Amino acid sequence: MTGETLVSDSSKVTDKMLPDLPPPANSTGVIGWMRANLFSNITNTIMTLLAIYILYILVVPSVNWALLTADWIGDSRDACTSGGACWVFIYNRFDQFMYGFYPEAERWRIDLTFFLLVIQVAWLVIPKLPRKGLVSAFVLFVYPIIAYYLLYGGSFGLNLVETHKWGGLSLTLILAIVGIVAALPFGVLLALGRRSEMPIVKSFCVVYIEFWRGIPLITVLFMASVMLPLFVPEEVDFDKLLRAMIGIVLFQSAYMAEVVRGGLQAIPKGQYEAAQALGLNYWKMMGLVVLPQALKMMIPGIVNTFIALFKDTSLVLIIGLFDLLAIVQAGLSDPDWLGYSVEGYAFVALMFWMFCFSMSKYSQHLEKHFHTGHGSR
Amino acid sequence: MQSDAKKSQSASTHKTRFWHDPAKRALLFQGLLILGVFSVVGLIVQNTLQNLESRGITTGFDFLSQRAGFGIVQSLVEYTESSSYGQTFLVGLMNTILVSAMGIIAATIIGFIMGVARLSNNWLISKIASAYVEIFRNIPLLLQIFFWYFAVLRGLPSPRQSFEPLDNMYLNVRGLFMPEPIYGVGFGWVVLTFMAAVAGVFVLARWSKKRQDKTGQSFPVFWTSIALVIGLPLIVYWLMGSPLTWENPELRGFNFKGGMTIIPELAALWVALSIYTAAFIAEIVRSGIEAISKGQTEAAEALGLSSTKVLRLVVIPQSVRIIIPPLTSQYLNLIKNSSLATAIGYPDLVSVFAGTTLNQTGQAIEVIFMTMLVYLTLSLLVSSFMNWFNNRMALVER
Amino acid sequence: MKKMGLVAATTAAMTISFSGAAMSADTLGAVKERGFVQCGVTTGVPGYSNPDNKGKWKGMDVDVCRAVAAATLGDAEKVKYIPLNAKERFTALQSGEIDMLSRVTTWTLTRDSSLGMNFTGVTYYDGQGFLINKNLGVKSALELDGASMCIQSGTTTELNAADYFRENNMEFEPVVFDTSDQTVKGFEAGRCDVLTSDQSQLYALRIKLANPGAAIILPEIISKEPLGPVVRQGDDGWFNVVRWSLFAMINAEELGLTSKNIDSKKSDKNPNIARFIGSEGIKGTGLALTDQWAYNIVKQVGNYGEAFDRNLGAGSALKIERGMNALWNKGGLQYAPPIR
Repeated sequence: MTGETLVSDSSKVTDKMLPDLPPPANSTGVIGWMRANLFSNITNTIMTLLAIYILYILVVPSVNWALLTADWIGDSRDACTSGGACWVFIYNRFDQFMYGFYPEAERWRIDLTFFLLVIQVAWLVIPKLPRKGLVSAFVLFVYPIIAYYLLYGGSFGLNLVETHKWGGLSLTLILAIVGIVAALPFGVLLALGRRSEMPIVKSFCVVYIEFWRGIPLITVLFMASVMLPLFVPEEVDFDKLLRAMIGIVLFQSAYMAEVVRGGLQAIPKGQYEAAQALGLNYWKMMGLVVLPQALKMMIPGIVNTFIALFKDTSLVLIIGLFDLLAIVQAGLSDPDWLGYSVEGYAFVALMFWMFCFSMSKYSQHLEKHFHTGHGSR
Repeated sequence: MQSDAKKSQSASTHKTRFWHDPAKRALLFQGLLILGVFSVVGLIVQNTLQNLESRGITTGFDFLSQRAGFGIVQSLVEYTESSSYGQTFLVGLMNTILVSAMGIIAATIIGFIMGVARLSNNWLISKIASAYVEIFRNIPLLLQIFFWYFAVLRGLPSPRQSFEPLDNMYLNVRGLFMPEPIYGVGFGWVVLTFMAAVAGVFVLARWSKKRQDKTGQSFPVFWTSIALVIGLPLIVYWLMGSPLTWENPELRGFNFKGGMTIIPELAALWVALSIYTAAFIAEIVRSGIEAISKGQTEAAEALGLSSTKVLRLVVIPQSVRIIIPPLTSQYLNLIKNSSLATAIGYPDLVSVFAGTTLNQTGQAIEVIFMTMLVYLTLSLLVSSFMNWFNNRMALVER
Repeated sequence: MKKMGLVAATTAAMTISFSGAAMSADTLGAVKERGFVQCGVTTGVPGYSNPDNKGKWKGMDVDVCRAVAAATLGDAEKVKYIPLNAKERFTALQSGEIDMLSRVTTWTLTRDSSLGMNFTGVTYYDGQGFLINKNLGVKSALELDGASMCIQSGTTTELNAADYFRENNMEFEPVVFDTSDQTVKGFEAGRCDVLTSDQSQLYALRIKLANPGAAIILPEIISKEPLGPVVRQGDDGWFNVVRWSLFAMINAEELGLTSKNIDSKKSDKNPNIARFIGSEGIKGTGLALTDQWAYNIVKQVGNYGEAFDRNLGAGSALKIERGMNALWNKGGLQYAPPIR
């Protein structure tokens, strides 16, 4: 190129910006995306092909078994003829898996209890709705009482339903929710104690937290289920479910304490100092300034602990409570439905997975939200 | 905060009532706490003693020396039916440690691979890795253990139709049977050579690092070390006239006899623990790597380091420090979770000692106390090791 | 450290001051006040204690619990069943979680003495046997050298098996599970060649197999397994109630009293029957029960033979012969002291 050519081509000179040329065909659209993300070099290509192959081996037969050739509706195992999964088993026992041995006529009480809970939680989760403080106070203090009378009954004209009839998914949820809600206040106290400057208070809290975090939940449940009556006077009689709950709450409060401690540490020191400068005493400083801020930051941590606890409740089957997993196992040994263990376990896995996955997505969303909200700490 | 307040208080000349003095109040409060804790503990002890007595239950640790009289399917220490209950404790403890150690190693490896794979620029690979994480960490471990156990059992043939993946190695529903090495005279020298080679590798690594610092030339330490560690013992082995024979498993009657066995309970528990924990470790590794600012990677690339070297020399050493503390708590979880062995009959501490032994002897309090003590000790040991390791990593910082 | 010392000191002090204060327990009073009997049963062994698909417990052991409830409270349905696995059962009884254990439990010296429990009688005379797949071609337990065996943990079977194999210079691989259901699953999956348990339970567990016909029970019985209800030591009143509830069932069979005919025998001349029904002679006072205690048992639960037939014998899926469990005057071992 020379200057002359430029000048002679002056007819083509324009003072307007030319539109961008489209990118080369092989870097846009599906093909371009695949080139960039799947086949960028030889190693990547090999890995992609290998991955596709493995997926093919795993996914195709599973989909075939679980969906395409499965039987869904029927009354007995005779309905399962097509060779795939026999969801008829789940279909027939679905009510039992949800409610355990809870009397059929009273099951609306469980429905109502959880319906109320869902409304309150939705209220708390949806950002636009007002008066969140009032609702959370209601959830923490009033709702448990309502739930207790609804589920257990024995007054207000409701029949008494003993806890050994409770079971299935509803029991799993009750255990997890009670565990987390009751553990929260203990967790806050323990965390405050662990950060306290009083040596005895601090060491007591440290010992307590580290003790419960160091032992497996199974041994805790075992102790609660069979040894707790040895520790209390002979006249005192606990319900088996209540004992499991006590064990879970003691255990869980240690984990909760660590979550709370993490939240407290995230509050800048200036906040404490400012509160003290205003002349607030310790409890006012904590209750009015520090905890309200810290609790908000702790929600993702609390949700994560809740997920862990929710999964761990399946251990109660070892002490003979019929949670979701245990009740499905009991159903599996019914002589009429022998041989459908894969369907049973797959169903339990799916139920747990749906709950845990959605909760973990929510907690990740919150984490992101808080992260941007606070900027640099 | 309290001490600040205390100073300001003592500075003031006003005589304050004692409950307005934080220092005294703290004393009072702590005194009350001690009193409260001890009265609760005392009450429990009193109730327990009273209940034990009124129910005629004997207490004490004498049962540990009594004959146990039941068989255990897998034991790392000498154990027969005539061994004592104390030995069942030891067998259970060793089995717990075995499966925990195996699980920690496998979970770390799988977790690191999956964590790095989640960040892969290959879309499919990173999606598969994240699907792995989301599936396995959201399903209860107990369920996964059942799944692996019964899936493993269902997929395997009976002893008479065993798979033979390698010569003298048999896989069937009773486990994986492998030849067991029998060490002859002179094998000690091979072991010695091996240890010497390992020591040599350390020296070599130091030397090459010094040389690289001085001259900038790098030395192929990795390949030389492999040659040293494998080659030297092989030469000695050959020189000593191959002092190693193998005892092969043989099908006799119902089962294979002889050789080494991995029982299906161990395999299932191991797989379940590793895969479950690895899903959490993958997330830890991913966030650890993502926490390293992009500038670090770009700077390293600008220096002309290859992508493996960028990972090995720049990213990983920095992210390890972020990774170790949460990794430690995953290790602790794995050890505690190994107690789920009791659900499928792997003879771990909870299953053998807190299960069968407790039931045969009825000494619930003593047995549960010992079991809890073991888990506390294991947790303490692992976390102090990891703290030590963490401190060491931190010191490397320049 | 200091703290530990303090704990030890307090503990010691407490021990000294309270060790003399043991009070005698009154389970019967507690049961009457509470209004139901807490009875420990299995997590599911057909014929002994097993929930049906409505969640209602049925079985021989369950009928013993019901008999005790009928005797103490006049209503056989006032029982709370607490399913326990073998490992939990003794701790649950010792700790007071249950009033009585009726859970295929073998009467042994250790359990009767140092475990702090008392056996009240024998509901079923059993012995340990072996269940094995037909196609292995085994005819006798002495051919089982080297076999893998599925066993339920925490049972006497675990100990008997070890003794038997050692005595006969044989080896075995113990595969130990928590519940009897799991042993069946393990057996079915091929994890073990042999399933060992009390023989009557083997019949019960066999119907849980997908193909019950493919498994046989070997002829050998390698141990004595007298199964019976258990209560805590140191409460003689309650011990007597549980013991005599079972005796009443056995006596009723001997006297020919059944749930169907007992109402028609109310004015029977036979003094044994009159005493049994409570219309004359010794009444319920000795046991601190109502005079109708034995009548209630038979009326609501039935006699021993009825319970056996319904749960284990010809009227059930198990179809076990009476054998040793026939009455003493019919060639068996079931013998109850007279009610007088």
